[in-house]
Amino acid sequence: MNWEPLLLTFKLALFTTVILILIGIPVAYWLSNTKSRLKPVFETLVSMPLVLPPTVLGFYFLMAFSPNNTFGNWLDEWLGIKLVFSFSGLVIASVIYSLPFMVHPVQSGLSGISRSITEASFVMGKSKWETLLKVQLPQIKPALLTGIVLSFAHTVGEFGVVLMIGGNIPGKTKVASIAIYDEVEALNYDAANFYSLVLFAITFCILLSVYLVNGNYFKGFWK
Amino acid sequence: MIKLDISKELRGATGTMILRLNLNIKSEQFITLYGPSGVGKTSVLRMISGLMQPDFGQICVEEETWFDTKTKVNFSPQKRKVGYVFQDYALFPHMTVLENLNFAKAKNQNNSSISDLIEIMELEQLQTRKPETLSGGQKQRVALARALVQKPKILLLDEPLAALDSAIRHKLQGYLKKVHQEFKLTTILVSHDVGEIVKLTDYVYQLEEGKVLKQGTPEAIFIDQSLSGKFKFTGEVLKIQQEEIISVVTVRIHTDVVKVVVQHEEASNLTIGDKVLVLSKAFKPLLYKIEA
Repeated sequence: MNWEPLLLTFKLALFTTVILILIGIPVAYWLSNTKSRLKPVFETLVSMPLVLPPTVLGFYFLMAFSPNNTFGNWLDEWLGIKLVFSFSGLVIASVIYSLPFMVHPVQSGLSGISRSITEASFVMGKSKWETLLKVQLPQIKPALLTGIVLSFAHTVGEFGVVLMIGGNIPGKTKVASIAIYDEVEALNYDAANFYSLVLFAITFCILLSVYLVNGNYFKGFWK
Repeated sequence: MIKLDISKELRGATGTMILRLNLNIKSEQFITLYGPSGVGKTSVLRMISGLMQPDFGQICVEEETWFDTKTKVNFSPQKRKVGYVFQDYALFPHMTVLENLNFAKAKNQNNSSISDLIEIMELEQLQTRKPETLSGGQKQRVALARALVQKPKILLLDEPLAALDSAIRHKLQGYLKKVHQEFKLTTILVSHDVGEIVKLTDYVYQLEEGKVLKQGTPEAIFIDQSLSGKFKFTGEVLKIQQEEIISVVTVRIHTDVVKVVVQHEEASNLTIGDKVLVLSKAFKPLLYKIEA
């Protein structure tokens, strides 16, 4: 059996999740604090991947990153980055595609913390940064876990965006979901079944662990 | 000396209101802001601590200007040395009592002040407990201790005892008094409770619609004016009964219901639901102790 597509899937999900932790938390923090009138616009943009067909997103990425276009051409010539049909292109597309799965739980977690608790920390002379790290984030561990796991699982399950921007290059962009499609088209049902079963089992375990942890079945261990 | 000369437009449940205050608070004084809810008492504390910005004015504490719209000075809450006890205590739920106190330390502060505070507030037994396992009174003691860790210049207390029952409130008033004597902090209390104000504070500002309505010692504001031995209560008419010679009017005063005898023609002016004033000269009223 060829494990390469599965390994590639989890590598993609891992990279995407790590980047999303770094990007998603500041975005969620900003959204939960801002009084800007543009907030609904930004919230909509973050949520768009939830409703937009992945192919739409993939199509625009393909257009934007294509070396035939100004932006893609600039990336290629000045920075030497080719995002179309490459792993790094997949990571960028996945980050945007899974952004709401990280931002939403963290944002609602942060908004749920009583205002006086963060203010108490400010009055004690603690900076916003220190307050976020030591007061706010430790209180929303379940929301963080949900965000991390959902981002990971969602990236594992992505198909349309990957197909549009990554294509089907073994070892580079051929992730498990694409491999399944590929095998079914070639009538290799056994191989398709192998990939499918592995994905099914792993995503089931991931989601089950979130529900167990957030449902307090391991009380005292996590919270 | 704290000089407070501020103006701020506040939006509340009953529409907008201009809060306009000019207070001079002497150092080490224990003062109260008193008044109905929604007159901006909490907003005053928030503006002193830097959590809210006045529209115009100046806040000076001990020769240091914390806020001034003319010179565009505005210290962040982090830079003002203020101890703040919030109405909901605002303890960090993921930290133990001791961790809550340690978190409040300034960067290069040693531990001695914390052990002192644990002793004064009698928190020895509670150090390793999480806030969710504490009673209201215990949380309040932790919140008060935590506000004092950095040795602030001002202590701000936002209805600190409002959520507690009277026995515990009584005990905590003792702690507040002790803290004020021990640390000699300028203290600003927001409170509704006249007994508490008389017991603890040196000076009262009574606020009404964003302005100071009355100011003075608690005795002057709450006690002297009612020394005439006159009982005066407002109530609501519940029932009017016509008897042979007189009428009996049943009136609700707060949670008590009393019956008042009146002449027929007086009763004819009244309808059920009217707001009335019940008053009487009482030269030697009876006093019964019901609770220590």
